[in-house]
Amino acid sequence: MPANLPTPDQLIDALAAQIAPQITPDCALVGIHTGGVWLMEALVQRLKLDIPQAVLSIAFYRDDFSRIGLHPETKPSHIPFDVEGRRILLLDDVLYTGRTIRAAMNLLFDYGRPASIRLGVLVDRGGRELPVCADYVGLNLDLDPDEHVSLEKSETEGLHFVMKRKP
Amino acid sequence: MKDSLQLTEDGRLRHLLTLEGLPARILTQILDTAASFITVSAQERDVKKVPLLRGKAIFNIFFENSTRTRTTFEIAAKRLSADVVNLNINASSQSKGETLLDTVANLSAMQADMFIVRHAAAGASHLIARHVAPHIHVINAGDGRCAHPTQGLLDMFTLRHYKGAFHNLRVAVVGDVLHSRVARSQIHALTTLGCPEVRVVAPKTLLPRDVENLGVHVFHKMNEGIKDVDAVLMLRLQNERMRGSRLPSAGEYYKHWGLTPDKLKLAKPDAIVMHPGPMNRGVEIDSAVADGVQSVILSQVTFGIAVRMAVMSLLAGAGATGAQA
Repeated sequence: MPANLPTPDQLIDALAAQIAPQITPDCALVGIHTGGVWLMEALVQRLKLDIPQAVLSIAFYRDDFSRIGLHPETKPSHIPFDVEGRRILLLDDVLYTGRTIRAAMNLLFDYGRPASIRLGVLVDRGGRELPVCADYVGLNLDLDPDEHVSLEKSETEGLHFVMKRKP
Repeated sequence: MKDSLQLTEDGRLRHLLTLEGLPARILTQILDTAASFITVSAQERDVKKVPLLRGKAIFNIFFENSTRTRTTFEIAAKRLSADVVNLNINASSQSKGETLLDTVANLSAMQADMFIVRHAAAGASHLIARHVAPHIHVINAGDGRCAHPTQGLLDMFTLRHYKGAFHNLRVAVVGDVLHSRVARSQIHALTTLGCPEVRVVAPKTLLPRDVENLGVHVFHKMNEGIKDVDAVLMLRLQNERMRGSRLPSAGEYYKHWGLTPDKLKLAKPDAIVMHPGPMNRGVEIDSAVADGVQSVILSQVTFGIAVRMAVMSLLAGAGATGAQA
């Protein structure tokens, strides 16, 4: 495991610099619950963005329902704009297998046909199982399959990364 | 006994047969899940479905007539992308002498994943649940006078939607409690979810003898029973289940037990009025109340779809091997 990760704040700065030139009035931000939503909120604050924002909960689109059942805490999705023809910047905290992104894209298409979808992630940790790749990446990590990184948020620490080793 | 039939060994819902004995955490989980499913039917969605139950076969087997319940189950299943087969058994094999379990065995052989059962006999869905293969799930859509759990749940969803919580509510269940499976499911759910004052308001002839054992306050006068309540849950006068003369006439019933605008004034000013449908206008409820601002009767129907989606997907997910508790 990498000993010293950059802080989420440092990576958000890096990501904000990549994204800023791409933002146009027909763009919308879409954060995947929950880490992607934190990332979206941080980017909006950094770049003082005034474009529509959506929250996606992909519980009803997961491909492991028949293996693990319904996720214990499902949240509603909230998409307060017309997806049709929109340029969408999809945001998540960590890109791993690509299955979450597949589910999120299926969900978005049930709302309409976007003009484009680009993907921004704070960390790309490798280990893809689907042909998905991010357009904007804060940090590339090469983790073993039993290593996991996640973005957490607490009142005392704010946004921070948690590294775990689990099979 | 009931719980071992309804719940898996690790405490997840396998069949939904009755709300009696179900723990509050299960009821709350269903209501919370239903809240997420509300958005699936939202106007701004091009495609009003999610792929959760794609490839699953759901059989609506109705031995009694019902339009609203069968239709909302059908819509709920379709919004989950399941394949739905509707069977009206009155007009089918049963009239040729096939037994209930034979009917179910035949449908199971057609690769059914879930049965939604409405039957005039109490316990019919329990009987089916005891005999189906482990991967098949059963939902009781009303059995005799016993239970109608999804109606009870959608009523709880509606109450929570408009009133926020249960712990500070005074709720009156009014009318033909004796013949009502809806009333039983409502009372079990309300007491389990911590509603501190559940009233039943009905003439003595329309109350079951053991009603006090359900943990309710009994009122035999409408004016006293609905005074200062937060919600009035009206019941349908079930003429078709009545043998003999428990009541003088529909007109007489309306006079004493019909919910009129004047009687509703006795409840809290922001009280809501619910009814499971179909309504007998001018018998148990006045049209001015049914169509009035305090009525949430049509919201109940809409919420019923999301609640049934939640129940179906929780049941279907309960069989998953690596499920998260």
